[in-house]
Amino acid sequence: MTTRTLPRVRGGIGTSVGRPDGEPKVTGNFAFASDLSSPGMLWGATLRSPHAHATLTELDIGPALAMVGVHAVLTQDDVVGSPMFGQVEQDQPVLCDGTARYWGEPVAVVAADDEETARRAAAAIVAVWEPLDPLDDPERAAEIGSTFREMRIRRGDETAEGSVVVEGFYETATQDQAPLGPEAGFAIPDGEGGLDLYITSQWVHVDHRQIIACLDLEPDQVRCHPAGIGGAFGSREDISLHIHVAMLALATGRSVKMVYDRSESFVGHVKRHPSRMWYRHEADEDGNLVKVTARLILDGGAYAHTSPAVIANAAFFSVGPYRCDNVVIDAVVVRTNNPPAGAMRGFGVVQACFASESQMDSLAEAIGLAPLELRRRNALAPGDPFATSGQVIQGSLPTVAVIDALESIPIPDPIPSDDPRLAPGGTGLTTPRSAVVRGVGYAVGLKNLAFSEGFDDFAEARVVMTPAGIEIHTAAIEVGQGLVTVCQQIARTVLGVDRVAVVWKDTSQIGSAGSTSASRQTQMTGGAVHDAAVGLRDQILSLHGGDELRDDGVYKQGELVATVNEICSDGPVECHVRFRHPKTYPPDADGQGEIHAGFVVAAHRAVVDVDPELGLVRVVRVDTAQDVGRALNPQAIVGQLEGGIMQGMGFAVMEELVIDGGVIRNPTFTDYLIPTFLDAPDVEVRIIEEGDHWGPFGAKGIAESPTISSTPAIVAAIRAATGRSLTRVPVLPTDIVGV
Amino acid sequence: MTVPIVITVNGERRSVDVAGSESLLHTLRNDLGLPGTKDACEQGECGSCTVIFDGAAVCSCLVMAADADGATVTTVEGIGEGAQLHPLQEVMLAEGAVQCGFCTPGFIVTGVHLLETNSHPTEPEIREALSGNICRCTGYGAILRAFTALTSEGA
Repeated sequence: MTTRTLPRVRGGIGTSVGRPDGEPKVTGNFAFASDLSSPGMLWGATLRSPHAHATLTELDIGPALAMVGVHAVLTQDDVVGSPMFGQVEQDQPVLCDGTARYWGEPVAVVAADDEETARRAAAAIVAVWEPLDPLDDPERAAEIGSTFREMRIRRGDETAEGSVVVEGFYETATQDQAPLGPEAGFAIPDGEGGLDLYITSQWVHVDHRQIIACLDLEPDQVRCHPAGIGGAFGSREDISLHIHVAMLALATGRSVKMVYDRSESFVGHVKRHPSRMWYRHEADEDGNLVKVTARLILDGGAYAHTSPAVIANAAFFSVGPYRCDNVVIDAVVVRTNNPPAGAMRGFGVVQACFASESQMDSLAEAIGLAPLELRRRNALAPGDPFATSGQVIQGSLPTVAVIDALESIPIPDPIPSDDPRLAPGGTGLTTPRSAVVRGVGYAVGLKNLAFSEGFDDFAEARVVMTPAGIEIHTAAIEVGQGLVTVCQQIARTVLGVDRVAVVWKDTSQIGSAGSTSASRQTQMTGGAVHDAAVGLRDQILSLHGGDELRDDGVYKQGELVATVNEICSDGPVECHVRFRHPKTYPPDADGQGEIHAGFVVAAHRAVVDVDPELGLVRVVRVDTAQDVGRALNPQAIVGQLEGGIMQGMGFAVMEELVIDGGVIRNPTFTDYLIPTFLDAPDVEVRIIEEGDHWGPFGAKGIAESPTISSTPAIVAAIRAATGRSLTRVPVLPTDIVGV
Repeated sequence: MTVPIVITVNGERRSVDVAGSESLLHTLRNDLGLPGTKDACEQGECGSCTVIFDGAAVCSCLVMAADADGATVTTVEGIGEGAQLHPLQEVMLAEGAVQCGFCTPGFIVTGVHLLETNSHPTEPEIREALSGNICRCTGYGAILRAFTALTSEGA
């Protein structure tokens, strides 16, 4: 380990430096994937199944092919390579293989001169269906063994009993990530049988692996480029239109653009798993947890996607950030004919946290303890065994500190505002203001950092000195979270150099950075950038006999000994790193072992005003204390926390994709409600810095935490205001009114 | 079937043939080379496609292009003076109000329109004026701080 004092540099870590892509974004000049175009390009469109489960008895593409301006109509028969794709399990046909297994499953794709013609042509394809009964009940699916993965966790004494017992049954609905940027891809054939693909993705290398398999091409024949992304939140972790647009470009020999409209986007990406969860918490009379027993069912929909990893997360985080020596967890993710589920911010932990934090409130009430006091008594700390996997907690885990910090934030004036715009339901409120009741609720949430269960998790980055400044080469995906800024900050701080730019590379130019998910890129790609910057610095200083690097060159005892041009006289100088986090292992038959690489904890307090007559809720404020390891960019942290809380609030009181017989009934922004400016609660943030045992400067990933415990905190506040048990999210007006 | 229209976009008169079924949003993005105006819902719910249309902030996805004949339109590309950012653009950057940025053009256009009609809006007025613009990333906090910083400076 090199020990040296970090140079002071502008825009280094710990500062709220702005985004390098900020100016193009405020001027409209930033190129999102859906903005890409070229003269003479074609537009793609998709025909989808109108049934959740059906046999395709006839498919006639003739009418579409006969249309003027149509250049290709492709079906599963045109898939020349592997007919199936999938990140974990290759179980989904590229296009319908004769059976539709969910509503909206892609059946055929079309390329045409313009968007309108492409859509009309897709609609002109004749598809004849024989509908089948959809398997849409997850419990029935579990009964008949239609599952993707079952998790069994047994720790301690199954016969242990506590003197205080609380039981509950909880449900969570389907939430959509609803990123504002739609799925989009732009494929440019290279004239030699390969192509360049600009795509909305969270992990271009894992897309690339699936794409080349289905196209039957060599790795270097397909180059996947990160394209401008308008949010992701998990929705882009799996393939959507990637293979389709590539097939169309290869079939026509022309550039092809595909963009989903909003309704198609709702159908075209995986969503948060709906869940049903039964829990029993047992404690002694002082509130010490004795045993937690739980059964969880998550509905994975028609295809696997990341369901096997999601159910593991739900199971391992089913107890939350608490010590408990006796744990009995059975969790299953089932295969149904419902819309496929996959990654969404919080990744299985959101569901489990809603149930387990609701249980902690029930337990606190049964024992007569304040909600946070019960949590403090059981708080998980470094050195403790993790309740589920039994692994000893390494690194930092300031559970008590986040609880204490949350409590230190002043509670606002208990009197609801007189401004009618701030009432539940806004100016439409018809209930007397005096009838509005206020409630306060709390929750604490724990999340794993990066990939678990022995996955070979790594990130590559290259840090390069050029005469024009430092370049960071990576294929890590910037979805808006600010990775681009954090990478610059880390490199500046390590190198002592101001001029640092991130240069995105395609899959042929650099190895995988892993997924932009699992709260991992600040630590993983950040870690790779850190180590590559250290390697580059030490290499240059050693070669030129210097003791300090600055923008213009190498210095020794304050004297310039080699200019940047001299350093780069034989070309750019670089250091390439493949960064790995501490090794993890798959669980044993009882779910025990070193499963997770690290942990992050956060606490939330919600204040709500409720109109009990109409069942309307106004979330007045949601305050949070967040473990961050070390704050690399405080402003970006606050932005992630506020945004994550808003998605947690949406899930608590308004966001539900209504699915009936496998059919999504509300795939539009008119019917799927997302919090607006008028819904947005005030947020106060306390950042807790206790450096972690790995990652750049001790920093942790933080972006999932705000979406995990904000939801149960808000529901707890509504319970406090109404006295209702409220065991399902989102909480609907009918749940509050009790009809 | 197309219709010839003439519109003034960002101060420039443009002639274009538009399809009868085409929205102004499509014309701006696909025919006039102005992709800064974003397409996210095409139902007037998210505000990503907001433009100033004859003095009103409207969702361009809800305006038929053929009806825009003779109109004066300002898009995000027309905000600011040349390379000089509008103060709202500056303060949005300073406050970290931009994450993925997909909603940002809509917020900039709606916000500039708000400030042109009400130079010192109160917080409830800011929230109300921007309530037709959805942001999925920021939780609106930084956007509110940007507007508050701008309007409380007495700019």
